[in-house]
Amino acid sequence: MKLVIGLDGQSSGEKALEFATGVAANSETCELIVVYVIEWSPFSFQTAEENAQRHKRREEEISIAMERVVEPAVATLKKAGHSVKAIVRHGDVADTIDDIAHSEGASQIVVARSSAGGLTSRLFGSSTANLVMNARVPVTVVA
Amino acid sequence: MRYFQSLLWAFVAYVAVSLPASAQDAAASLDARVNEAFSNATGWFVNFIFMSIPGTSFPWIVMWLVVGATVFTIYFAAVQFRFFGHAISLVKGDYSDPEDAGEVSHFQALATALSGTVGLGNIAGVAVAVGIGGPGATFWMILAGLLGMASKFTECTLGVKYRNEYPDGTVSGGPMYYISKGFDELGLPGGKILAVLFSVFCILGALGGGNMFQANQAHAQITQITGEFPGWITGLVFAAVVFAVIVGGIKSIARVTEKIVPFMGILYVGAAIIVLIVNFDMIGWAFGQIFAGAFTGLGVAGGFVGALIQGFKRAAFSNEAGVGSAAIAHSAVKTKEPITEGFVSLLEPLIDTVVICTMTALVIIISQQLIVDEATGNYLLNEAGTAIATVDGNGGVALTSAAFGSAIGWFPFVLAIAVILFAFSTMISWSYYGLKAWTYLFGEGKTTELIFKVIFCIFIVIGAAASLGPVIDFSDAAIFAMAVVNIFCLYFLMKVVRAELASYSARLKSGEIRKFSH
Repeated sequence: MKLVIGLDGQSSGEKALEFATGVAANSETCELIVVYVIEWSPFSFQTAEENAQRHKRREEEISIAMERVVEPAVATLKKAGHSVKAIVRHGDVADTIDDIAHSEGASQIVVARSSAGGLTSRLFGSSTANLVMNARVPVTVVA
Repeated sequence: MRYFQSLLWAFVAYVAVSLPASAQDAAASLDARVNEAFSNATGWFVNFIFMSIPGTSFPWIVMWLVVGATVFTIYFAAVQFRFFGHAISLVKGDYSDPEDAGEVSHFQALATALSGTVGLGNIAGVAVAVGIGGPGATFWMILAGLLGMASKFTECTLGVKYRNEYPDGTVSGGPMYYISKGFDELGLPGGKILAVLFSVFCILGALGGGNMFQANQAHAQITQITGEFPGWITGLVFAAVVFAVIVGGIKSIARVTEKIVPFMGILYVGAAIIVLIVNFDMIGWAFGQIFAGAFTGLGVAGGFVGALIQGFKRAAFSNEAGVGSAAIAHSAVKTKEPITEGFVSLLEPLIDTVVICTMTALVIIISQQLIVDEATGNYLLNEAGTAIATVDGNGGVALTSAAFGSAIGWFPFVLAIAVILFAFSTMISWSYYGLKAWTYLFGEGKTTELIFKVIFCIFIVIGAAASLGPVIDFSDAAIFAMAVVNIFCLYFLMKVVRAELASYSARLKSGEIRKFSH
């Protein structure tokens, strides 16, 4: 069994992590894939200078995400004796998590309830809602 | 650092001190002085670039650009049409590896390059072309745009192929890099000298067309609404904001502009479409004028050759194909295949010239701002005989504004905001192009970069204060001088691009390069 866990770098992400650990504990062989998506669109507008520095920034963003969010989670899971894989990628949060789950052949996605509320989520929708509506793999939303 | 700050303050103080209490007269005389000094200093350069081919009235530089674009079109067997669909797929991201997400996308590179070219060339430049060369200039402008797609393809492929990648992950690229590295690779002499020459012209182009022309026309547009006031005031305000962005590093201003500019572009085209829909019965007539004018001139100064020269000139000034500036903007893309950037860039002249410039021209023609002699059907010239007489005697951006205003009363206000934002974003783009040329010459470093940035800001003030004639001449001359060096070198380097093209199309055909399923 393979489980994809979507992290959001906040405490709600921790809950998703806890839940997934619980599920994994009940299964004999379970591979956990910890995913963190850096919100990014290939269709945004940038200045020439930003473009020139983009590669450098991307590397920085990935290493910060790894260091602050993904690695602590991976360490916790490994300690609990699970086999873990970490992925940090740029893109649309919902699409990217779904793509990874699909291409890895995961049987389930575990994410936290949307942390954005109020006006923001009304205007732009929430990544969790988008994921639930469009995913090709069953999704569990942890409250 | 401190030295340059004091230099800047000294300049500001000079401007302030040279303005005695009787502000109006003094301001006018300051404008006049800047203007005169400027024309005197640049006249010889302008004359050389626009020299006619002996025995004709045809400037050699226009011939140079068109011949270049035609050669590339033939050499690459009409690559702009064969790979048009592929270029669209690339921009849509069909061929983008998800593993590379987060790098500069093809779309972003295209948008950045476009925000440097879409601007006053499309609004004011077209009005100048149609105002002097008549509707027929539009035909030649479209033709130049279509041919220019091949020039862009060539230069942008090379821009990515020969860019410099630094250990810290940043990149620098552009004609100066492909000229020097490419010539070395092919064992040709003189690459370094040509690269230096290009850089010098690029700096002048950045200060001219990328700066003074923008400031000048933005001021013209503002005074249309507020009434006359001295140009240096607009210049100082612009200079301060640009200074804040490029020296102060206040990225938020640039970021906001980058987001508003595409919106303004869409709004502009949208408004043009509305004007065309409202006057749909006249579209056929307008195209008739364009075709008739293209081959007869319809009475414009210089006849059909006058129309042709204006069309070609303004197309080149607007889409910058063959100039080399886009190669600087495109080289930031992290792609395994340099040629994909070439494909993407060939869309620029199409969007910029064939679509947006044609829209402007159609609106000007349909609004009947240009005065026709009822008896002959030809256009009437103004008193000086240099341009077509217009309803309110407008030229440049004012003509476009009046044309839109005749159909949509409030649009000149939106246009004024659009012009200011376009001018601003073009300045930011060109400050980067100029800076890249500058650092190529003088090395990368905080101090050398600051010197250029301060000079750039000073030229904004000069540009806003000078009158249109000398500024437009110098801007054209400097930008075209870049094309002289660039196209000359492209002739030597185009076989490199052909090898890339052959290898890429073979792999595309064999299925080695394929779409990613998203």
